[in-house]
Amino acid sequence: MAGGTIKKDSGFGIAQVILFISIAILVIFVAWPVLLILFNAFFVDGKFNSVDFYNVLTEPETFQALINSLIIASMTTIGSTIVGTFFAWLVTRTDLPYKTFMKSLFLVPFMLPSFIGALAWKMLLSPHSGYINKWFMAAFNTTEPIFDIYTYHGISCVEVMYLFPFVFIQVCGALERMDPTLEESARISGAGLFTITRKITIPLVMPSIMSGALLIMLYSMAHFGTVAVLGIEQGIYNIPTLIYEKIHESAGSFASIRTGTVLATVLIVSAACIIWAQQKVLSKGHYQIIGGKSFRPMELKLRGLRYPLLFFCLAYIGFTILLPTVIIFMVGGVETYGLPLTWENLSLDNYKYILFEYDVTRDAIFNSVTLGLAAAFITMFAGVMISYVIVKMKVRGKGILEFLGMLPFSVPGSVIALGVILAWSGQFGINLYNTVWIILVSYIARYMAFSLKANSAALEQVHDSLMEASRSCGASMWQSLKDIVIPLVRPGMVSAFFLIFLPALRELTVSIMLYAPTTRTIGVAIYTLNEDGETVMSTALAGIALIIIVLGQMLINHLTKKASE
Amino acid sequence: MEDIIKVEGVAKGYGKHQVLQNLDIAIKKGECFTLLGPSGCGKTVLIRLIAGHEVPDEGKIIIDDTVVADSATGEYIPPERRGLGIVFQDYAVWPHMTVFENIAYPLKMEKRPKQEINELVMKMIEVVGMKGLDKRLPSELSGGQQQRVALARALVADPSVMLLDEPLSNLDANLREEMRFEIKALQRKFGITVLFVTHDQEVALAISDRLAIMDAKGNIRQIGNPYDIFENPADLFVFKFMGIANFLHINEKGGKFYVGSGQQEIPWEGPKGTAANWVAGFRPSDVEIHRQGPGLKGTIHRANFLGATMDYAIDIDDESLRTEIETHTAINNDLMFQEGEECYITFKALHWFDAEQLKEVEE
Repeated sequence: MAGGTIKKDSGFGIAQVILFISIAILVIFVAWPVLLILFNAFFVDGKFNSVDFYNVLTEPETFQALINSLIIASMTTIGSTIVGTFFAWLVTRTDLPYKTFMKSLFLVPFMLPSFIGALAWKMLLSPHSGYINKWFMAAFNTTEPIFDIYTYHGISCVEVMYLFPFVFIQVCGALERMDPTLEESARISGAGLFTITRKITIPLVMPSIMSGALLIMLYSMAHFGTVAVLGIEQGIYNIPTLIYEKIHESAGSFASIRTGTVLATVLIVSAACIIWAQQKVLSKGHYQIIGGKSFRPMELKLRGLRYPLLFFCLAYIGFTILLPTVIIFMVGGVETYGLPLTWENLSLDNYKYILFEYDVTRDAIFNSVTLGLAAAFITMFAGVMISYVIVKMKVRGKGILEFLGMLPFSVPGSVIALGVILAWSGQFGINLYNTVWIILVSYIARYMAFSLKANSAALEQVHDSLMEASRSCGASMWQSLKDIVIPLVRPGMVSAFFLIFLPALRELTVSIMLYAPTTRTIGVAIYTLNEDGETVMSTALAGIALIIIVLGQMLINHLTKKASE
Repeated sequence: MEDIIKVEGVAKGYGKHQVLQNLDIAIKKGECFTLLGPSGCGKTVLIRLIAGHEVPDEGKIIIDDTVVADSATGEYIPPERRGLGIVFQDYAVWPHMTVFENIAYPLKMEKRPKQEINELVMKMIEVVGMKGLDKRLPSELSGGQQQRVALARALVADPSVMLLDEPLSNLDANLREEMRFEIKALQRKFGITVLFVTHDQEVALAISDRLAIMDAKGNIRQIGNPYDIFENPADLFVFKFMGIANFLHINEKGGKFYVGSGQQEIPWEGPKGTAANWVAGFRPSDVEIHRQGPGLKGTIHRANFLGATMDYAIDIDDESLRTEIETHTAINNDLMFQEGEECYITFKALHWFDAEQLKEVEE
């Protein structure tokens, strides 16, 4: 008999190796830069100095930035959560026509970088020169614009438009996998649809809604682009834009870096508070609603509302995605900003110039694509490994990892950038400053949180017994990971890749603080050109960026389709 | 017969919660051995220790004369090299693989030739009654069918031991009965050693050659064959766990044994051994009921007609008990009592237990 025998030879301590690598990655890329920030914020000349910290904090400028960050992040989070949850429910649990198509449409905002969106809305709704406002004032013969985009409301609206898919994706996933018998049994018990939604569905998907909202809150708190494009002109700074401004205007001097670290510390602490509160909420309602069995979800009949709701969805997409995109491509086609958008004024000259002749933009495109791919691959694999240790493994030392794994969630982009400057600019032997590597290092740190989130969520749904079964069937740990765990978490890995590659492609917050003349990314190039008054070139590059992003998305879709076959 | 699995002095705890301590068990080759105990008693932990999904804090585990885990030497053989088949409570059928791929997996891991894998898997699919479903995905199968896939997967590589962790608890009653006979039939057919874990005493009695009764603290109370366990329970816990039980408090006066605080002597030989207080334990089916004495005189407190049987609750002085009698027997022998009527009780079987044990069990 071939089976039934015990094969002796001692097992290699794979678990320990994985654990060690996981801790090392998180320490080097995430923990250490953050520690350096805290150290620099509180220690002056090697001595603890909280007075100086307090002085920086109480400057009106700093305080106002903190308040601004809070206002914008709160409005954005509430708006995005409502929008994301509503659309997620529509495309998963109702008989909305063309549901699958609509679902992919709602993921399109992911593709439109919010600072490019902000750029477009600036061109549409800036109080005096925006195309819509100009048209409105001319049509109604008034000097009052219909909407001023240079306000808190304007900034938050733009952020909601491009951030809500974070909630949408999470809630869609949860609603699709949720055991419909939970709802059916409530319905059988005589509960009305409203009651079921309120008492069963919403509590069950609440962890997903909250984790999506968390992503948005963090993202918005630390968001640079929209505020930089729409706020700075009116003096609305949030923390990241103020950090940038401080470091930018004093050209990387040590005093400005110190001020930056103080601001960054505030950002870290407030982010940590959000997460702590969020953990509290989550721990109250954590259910394992998704098992090894497969379900067919229950659908609500919309009846007469089917087509009105479809029209509403399409109008939403048209207004938030199509209109800004069109304006970007049109403005990118005119010779100088301000010319009327007529056919005679449009040409492809700008696009030709930035693609084939202009060094700055050509380098930027190359840098962004390679950085995005490298960061996405590295972070995806590192993320699946680290989440595996956190979610599944029972090894000593896991507690450290759980803590370190939570850290990336609370470390915003501008903080990472600042920490990376402190860690990798020669003080510790390695000087990556002014090279493309420093941006890669910061991308890995920055996107680790997304990767961990997506992969942990996927891993939590793979019941332990599935892996134990394969071990008992004679598969080694590696073999089980390859045959059972990886195929089952592949959707999580793919979504991790999505969540990293596309944002990295149009990244601005981190690279704006790390770029050198030859290491501009697309985002940096668009932003700096716009700041320099090269509105048309900047917009044309934004148009090119959109095309690259769409192509990248299509490539990824194609690849994942193949992989799942 | 030689022992194929030996568990010696094993302890396992999680944090402050000690699940198993100083546990010894030996399972003989070719037998169907059941671990029976209430939920949360640590029986699943034991099966996971044997399978290698947990490492014991203390003690050692030997399978087929090979030490697979020993806390003293730190020796530990991982699950994939223990050569066991396992069926999990939640089936653990891999959702991304077809029935065929699921069952073929253990053979693939042994790197058997493709042709052989094909034959063995198709044969196994037939054995578990799943012919024609080999290309289905688990999501297209019923619970019972998924269970069969899990069984086939555990058996296909011809393991020396199969571990079954509450494999029937997710199935409905009819299917449960059917599957328990099938498991037994498969065990006989393959001559395989089975370690079965359940909290269902009916399943345990039906399927086992021997069984071990575990209490909620993870101690083994008795090991024996089903008949032994049922007829000669080692203690009150075992007796109570194996079915509906009546207990009468007994009052000893001058070497005589009276029911409750009353004056009626119990019609059964007195207990041997020493105990401060005694209780008499028996099952409803151990009681005979009569119109006339001799026997304990009691009053029908409640009469329930259950179709095939009559169920009576009877008060004897300040104690009470339940009994049942076949409806036809009752009619033919004028034993259809009304509530409030007088009756007399004798016993077909009766066990003496220390009254302390009853307190302990009722805690």
